Amino acid sequence: MKNMLEHTGIEPGRLHFSWISSAESTKFVDVVKKITEEVKALDPHKKFVKTEPKVD
Amino acid sequence: MTIYTDKIKEIAKRVLAEGKVDMVIGFRKGTMPMMNQPLYATSAESADELIWDSSCGINLANYVTDKKGSIGIVAKGCDSRNIVTHVIENKIKRDQLYIIGVPCTGMIDHHKINAMFDGEILNVEESGDTLTISGSGFSEKVIKTDVLRQNCAVCTHRNPVIYDELAGELVAEQKNVDPYASVKTVEAMSADEKWNYFEDLLSSCIRCYACRNACPLCYCPTCFVDESRPQWVGKSQDPTDVRTFHLLRAYHCAGRCTDCGACERVCPMGIKVREFTKKLNKDCLELYGWEAGLSLDDRPPLDTFKTDDPQNFIK
Repeated sequence: MKNMLEHTGIEPGRLHFSWISSAESTKFVDVVKKITEEVKALDPHKKFVKTEPKVD
Repeated sequence: MTIYTDKIKEIAKRVLAEGKVDMVIGFRKGTMPMMNQPLYATSAESADELIWDSSCGINLANYVTDKKGSIGIVAKGCDSRNIVTHVIENKIKRDQLYIIGVPCTGMIDHHKINAMFDGEILNVEESGDTLTISGSGFSEKVIKTDVLRQNCAVCTHRNPVIYDELAGELVAEQKNVDPYASVKTVEAMSADEKWNYFEDLLSSCIRCYACRNACPLCYCPTCFVDESRPQWVGKSQDPTDVRTFHLLRAYHCAGRCTDCGACERVCPMGIKVREFTKKLNKDCLELYGWEAGLSLDDRPPLDTFKTDDPQNFIK
């Protein structure tokens, strides 16, 4: 999934996967912090966004 | 490859007469040049219509899905791999099938040939490795290997992987071809270049879903694009919707696609839709050492778990 999306032009670092048990609250916080930082560094997402209907 | 025609007819008539099969699925001459049609032959007379040439690019495995009774099917390399995939996925039983294997030397690309000539092509004659293409005011000979479909040019499984009978001698498999050259070109680009490359690629898509219909893997009773509750993907021509469709279509083929090229052949706009599935095929090969449809005994990587499955994407 990640490979393919990045292959078609989504920036590496925008998509993350993690496995966190419901008991691992600290891991959850760490992962969320890390992801937020990485995604913020990439600037707002412009690809795959629908703006207004395309009319030809 | 036209020499196979007589042998295919002979086998088809024999198995029909012996009552081994209720019908034989093969090709007959199409009403337009380079457009052979699938044929369900149920009698000796209809079996006489069967032919074989370099325009049999449709994947016949598409027509055995969930069929009852016993069926003879003419299968080139990729068709046979899709039959294996069908058997693995319980869409047909192996003992229902009598597979007439056809060693293949590649199919021609009608998009490419049409683009070579200004006028309409009215006839294509094949003899050995040469094609004579003619229309009003022109008649030209081309070498078949120059006009092969891209997936045939890089094919490494030309011989059928399973068959009950062969319609000709096995052919030499191609070595020294890189099936993933086009994927590697894209992989070398930056994220923005990749994005624009696929944006260009899909810009002419009209959402006709011919790629899905021709694909032997797409056999769901209701396709995700036709669902309206919930509606998984927007139905508009918006580039976001178009891309979502192509990405999801490709994912549904992950670990199952045999690169038969049926999707690309039927695209009325000539879009290289294989650019998506090829990437997934390459990943499957690199991550799991898997190529679809080669053996009836192995389960596909996406429906098994092994402790050494790559997991480095999980943080």
